Amino acid sequence: MIRVLLPAHLKTLARVSGEVQVDVAGRPTIVSVLDAIEASYPMLQGTIRDHVTQERRPFVRFFACEEDYSLEPVDTALPDAVAKGNEPFLIVGAMAGG
Amino acid sequence: MSGVRLLVGTRKGAFILTSDAKRTRWDVSGPHFPGWEMYHLKGSPADPNRLYASQSTGWFGQLIQRSNDGGKTWEPVGNKFVYDGEPGTHMWYDGTPHPWKFARVWHLEPSLTDPDTVYAGVEDAALFRSTDGGKNWEELPGLRTHSSGPSWHPGAGGMCLHTIILDPKHRDRMFVAISAAGAFRSDDAGKTWKPINRGLKSDGIPNPTADVGHCVHRIAMHKSRPDVLFMQKHWDVMRSDDSGDSWKEVSGNLPTDFGFPIDVHAHDPETIYVVPIKSDSEHFPIDGKLRVYRSKAGGDEWEPLTKGLPQRDCYVNVLRDAMSVDSLDSCGIYFGTTGGQVYASADAGDNWTPILHDLPGVLSVEAQTLQ
Repeated sequence: MIRVLLPAHLKTLARVSGEVQVDVAGRPTIVSVLDAIEASYPMLQGTIRDHVTQERRPFVRFFACEEDYSLEPVDTALPDAVAKGNEPFLIVGAMAGG
Repeated sequence: MSGVRLLVGTRKGAFILTSDAKRTRWDVSGPHFPGWEMYHLKGSPADPNRLYASQSTGWFGQLIQRSNDGGKTWEPVGNKFVYDGEPGTHMWYDGTPHPWKFARVWHLEPSLTDPDTVYAGVEDAALFRSTDGGKNWEELPGLRTHSSGPSWHPGAGGMCLHTIILDPKHRDRMFVAISAAGAFRSDDAGKTWKPINRGLKSDGIPNPTADVGHCVHRIAMHKSRPDVLFMQKHWDVMRSDDSGDSWKEVSGNLPTDFGFPIDVHAHDPETIYVVPIKSDSEHFPIDGKLRVYRSKAGGDEWEPLTKGLPQRDCYVNVLRDAMSVDSLDSCGIYFGTTGGQVYASADAGDNWTPILHDLPGVLSVEAQTLQ
């Protein structure tokens, strides 16, 4: 079970509060967690990554265990703490503004 | 009991305003989708409780929301807008080829007869259609792949398809307008398109009378007379009496003929409305006086409508989709401003009242007449 923290707007869209939990077969990677989120919450398709290119949206970032995974290859394995459910995988809307 | 429902899209959410036929007291619900840019909301003529809304942000992209109960509840539907085939390139601001890339939905136009069919005008300019209530979207590629497509340039706000008009008499005829490619017409339900810009003159482009390249801001039609079109171009207010085959200028005595919205009285197809804006570099009313101009002659002869509108220190704009009319007797007319005001007139523009003062900047206003 993987814990995922969504940004506020996407929690509203998915009609959830707090963290969400998804199951991923095998060692979780960035892409397998994203696939699982979109399978559980289809309304999020296209909001985290582009429908066609599957590239991360420019103002969306990924964090886990205080490390930035945004620029890592999508098949990068996530830390053990995330795989075991001790730490969440964070999907963050980049801060903007003054 | 008859009444009016206003669908107001703003930079930070949507608002739904309802009134009885007197149009003196308004109930306000919202913000719906708070924090999101709501470029446009529109109801189905075939089922007024079926609403569609374009929701987007720079962070999370495009969403389409649908309501089946007049905006009480909403559900996200399909947001996958993929160009048909290899998109190719259009011209960029610097004159170099630039790949076509989807950015957002500017305008939603529900079918006149089928609540599940809706058209979407998008940036970069293309026309999409859904026939299943917004779940799936398919491009009508004949427009984007018109031979002139590679030469289209974006306007300052992006290369957006912002106007879609469905002809109520000729079932397969539709009109669109693109900034800054111009106006186009299809006579075969969107399969093929022809530019309809003859008579337009735009001094800001290399060939001022070119077939394409004009910055059309908005087109309006009266449903009883679909061969007559009115256009607010970047500069110039124009009229066509032959379905866009030719245009003539009807700016007449307007104090400035720059502006964004244009609309037609619900019961008099020769009565039209514009909101003159000082210039393309100063997007606010002349002398700080917010004035709607009305022509009862289909153009050329205009009168300022000022009662109830601020006549000093007003420096807002009215965007292209932010004016609408109802079809009650007498005709109601509404517009929203970039300053967050929504103004209403229940007497065809003679007198105005602000319904709301302090919304986020208004992007769109659509009036639904409820019977």
